[in-house]
Amino acid sequence: MILLLAGFFAPYDPTAQNRELSYAPPTGLHFSDATGFHLRPFVYPIVTTNGQNDSYRETYTEDRNRQYWVQFLTRGSSYRLLGVVKTNLHLFGVKAPGKLLLLGTDGYGRDELSRVLYGGQLSVAAGIAATAISLLVGAFLGLIAGYYGGWADDSLMGVTELFLSLPWLYCLLGIRAFLPLHLSALYTFFLLIGVIGLIGWARPARLVRGLVLSSRNRNYVLSARGFGASDFYLMRRHIFPDVYGILLTQASLLVPRYIAAEVTLSFFGLGVNEPVPSWGNMLSTLQQYSVLISYGWLLAPVAALVVTSVLYSSLADLIQSRLKS
Amino acid sequence: MKLIARLTLQVCLLAAACFAAAPQAAQPGEELARMAVLSGRYGGHLTIGQRSEPKTLNPVTATDAVSREVIGRLMGDLIEINRSSQQTEPALAKSWRISPDGRIFTLQLRKGIRFSDGHPFDADDVVFSFSVYMDEAVDSPQRDLLIIDGKPIAVTKLDAYTVRFTLPRPYAAAERLFDGLAMLPKHLLEKPYREGHFAQLWSLNTPPAEIAGLGPFRLKQYVPGQRIVIERNPYYWKVDRENQRLPYLDELVFLFVGTEDAQVMRFEAGETDIISRLSSENYNLLSREKGRDGSQLADMGPSLEYNFVLFNLNDLGGKKLDGVAGKQDWFRDLKFRQAISAAVDRDSIVRMVYGNRGAALWGNVGPGNKLWINQLIPHPPRSVETARQLLKSAGYSWNSNGQLMDARGRLVEFSIITSSSNSLRMKMATLLQDDLLQLGMQVHVVPLEFRAMIDRVFQTFDYEAAIMGLGGGDADPNPEMNVWSASGTSHLWQLGETKPATDWERELDQLMQQQMVTLDYAKRKQLYDRAQQIIADNLPFIFLGTPDILAGANARVGNFHPAVLDPYTLWNADELYVRVPATERAGVR
Repeated sequence: MILLLAGFFAPYDPTAQNRELSYAPPTGLHFSDATGFHLRPFVYPIVTTNGQNDSYRETYTEDRNRQYWVQFLTRGSSYRLLGVVKTNLHLFGVKAPGKLLLLGTDGYGRDELSRVLYGGQLSVAAGIAATAISLLVGAFLGLIAGYYGGWADDSLMGVTELFLSLPWLYCLLGIRAFLPLHLSALYTFFLLIGVIGLIGWARPARLVRGLVLSSRNRNYVLSARGFGASDFYLMRRHIFPDVYGILLTQASLLVPRYIAAEVTLSFFGLGVNEPVPSWGNMLSTLQQYSVLISYGWLLAPVAALVVTSVLYSSLADLIQSRLKS
Repeated sequence: MKLIARLTLQVCLLAAACFAAAPQAAQPGEELARMAVLSGRYGGHLTIGQRSEPKTLNPVTATDAVSREVIGRLMGDLIEINRSSQQTEPALAKSWRISPDGRIFTLQLRKGIRFSDGHPFDADDVVFSFSVYMDEAVDSPQRDLLIIDGKPIAVTKLDAYTVRFTLPRPYAAAERLFDGLAMLPKHLLEKPYREGHFAQLWSLNTPPAEIAGLGPFRLKQYVPGQRIVIERNPYYWKVDRENQRLPYLDELVFLFVGTEDAQVMRFEAGETDIISRLSSENYNLLSREKGRDGSQLADMGPSLEYNFVLFNLNDLGGKKLDGVAGKQDWFRDLKFRQAISAAVDRDSIVRMVYGNRGAALWGNVGPGNKLWINQLIPHPPRSVETARQLLKSAGYSWNSNGQLMDARGRLVEFSIITSSSNSLRMKMATLLQDDLLQLGMQVHVVPLEFRAMIDRVFQTFDYEAAIMGLGGGDADPNPEMNVWSASGTSHLWQLGETKPATDWERELDQLMQQQMVTLDYAKRKQLYDRAQQIIADNLPFIFLGTPDILAGANARVGNFHPAVLDPYTLWNADELYVRVPATERAGVR
């Protein structure tokens, strides 16, 4: 929900660079100053040395002489709410030139919080959609292979084996060579879903097939068949419910994995490119040792990913227990 | 206390001497090279982390940097480039004469010096070595340098210690060619060479006794996947100011550690002593701990590499690349390129990409190359206003959304490819994207896997613009020939040109050819200055910046003098020594 309304919750444009504020730490929220305690938080402006010191490192200090109150429902950079309504209303912010960087900035001085929120839109949507595709395809083909057996089983499982053993990295290189150089964000989004779903369906298909294979010979299935139930009815009424739980758990496992898979795809030029944020490309900067240990706030997408997966798996649990009862 | 300390020191020295081959006393008639100001302390070993294993120890066939780094310590060359002064220095040749027409080089070899196995070195070894390097069947990467205008350099032995090299035509700074050409032991290699299996010689599994060179060290041990150990060459031909034979170190250990990050971690843990090719991020990381452990970190200033934006100006006639061809109208327009150059925020690149450890570039020769840089090339500050005016005068305009349109009303939009494994260039691309957005240009950054990108630039020409880097080898202009002469193999903006396409390219081509056959430095500099001016005026590349060479060594390493030329830290491995451990020094105080 928060992710859907990222533009409203994020204080800044996620692609706006502040070149004098690269790797700035999170801005501290203050409640008390020389005059006493205030209920409304405020921030001090950040002053930078721009590396003009002995160590060449950017150092940031707070300028205690000026303060900027945090304002709610304020006007800032314009965006489209839910992609439709054009507005510039943000939940919170501070008056320029003050900066409210609750999660610090990345290497280009872009607000990390705004990027996490905007990036989440794309990553979570792509993760869920890709999971849905791979599970739907996997479940459908697995069901057919397991239920009918025989040549359908042999040929379908042969295909899954082929998909599992393909050297994907080389195939991706090949795919990239056929595509135009520049891909728009929407195109990338569908490409991501397509590629991940395409690579991902084989494993769930095998899993489902195994389950179906064991449940189709259960006594209740056999007796239902004896009463003249059709194939479709059997699958829907008796076999699919057995598979359902597994699919839900699979789904909660696959979403975070697919979000991370985007990093690999970005390496081949198939992922989301700068300056558009995604959790995948934000995480990829953490692969550098120096960044990882120096700028802790850049772990924010990791935290967001953890929170999302926990929420997601508890949602899956909830659905499952609802269904059982 | 002093006495005890000195005794300990002597015991240490004795112990060291017992373990490693002791340096040989000077023989009568042996012409050694004396380093007048050099001093150090004998014994001990140093460890260096390497990103990967060397592929071979054969100096003639090695191509990768890691192999060459090890081989360079085992082998000697006739004339070498002092990496610190960037000038040539006598090595195995104690002196040389150049004929007035610049075609005949007569080299006097040092007398009485020996290979690391004790066998004497003379002119026969030199003639043999060059015949191997120039043999087509051996396929040495250095062969191209020795074949000038399709004709090989003629090598003749005049007497046991004099060799004459006759070049097919005058060649500027030809003595620099000798650097990196290792002299081979004829007594060990002639037989296998005649039998035709030279390329398989001196692999990593060759027993150390079968490898001999004229470098400061010789092979001791290779442990696959772990390390390679080289030990003192007791016959090495350099001595320090007290006439003690170099090198000071008993052993040098190359440890195979993997990535740059792994190198940094090993160095931090004290497992390795020397580290080079650091990124500024890692350099800063290490410098935070500098005070604590006294390590020596050196920022050697800008390297000779240049990073640039390249536009595809190739002739796409026979290719089905209409999308790219349509945009070439913009790229071919000098004002368009000038506008981009004016809009690039080079200061931000230096600050954010190189962490202030680098330099902005406006030409192909950077401030790191003191001998050849043309100081008169202007360094205009960033100006979006100038850029806009340039575009306006070239017939471009802006629509109501602030987007740039060309004279035919097309939106200016193009993509820049860059290697996804090079995080520095990826960062440059992202900054550039934002800079050009301020001109109303829609730029898309497309990271590609390295080989896929190289393939597009060199083979298929299916790209619009690219960010790349070149240079970094030698300071001399000659290695740049392949970039700036029209027929060069790295004439990237328009590959495979049979004749220069424009007037300025013709002049540039002539200048580069001319400087190659001009022997006088001042005249050559004039020619190369003009070439740099033409490049800066016409912007076939839009130059961005160059990183500093960053290297480090811990407190134990003495005579640590990194340089901006490759190999940055180990070029003076013979002079490095291990300082007295801190505990003993405390005793002296």
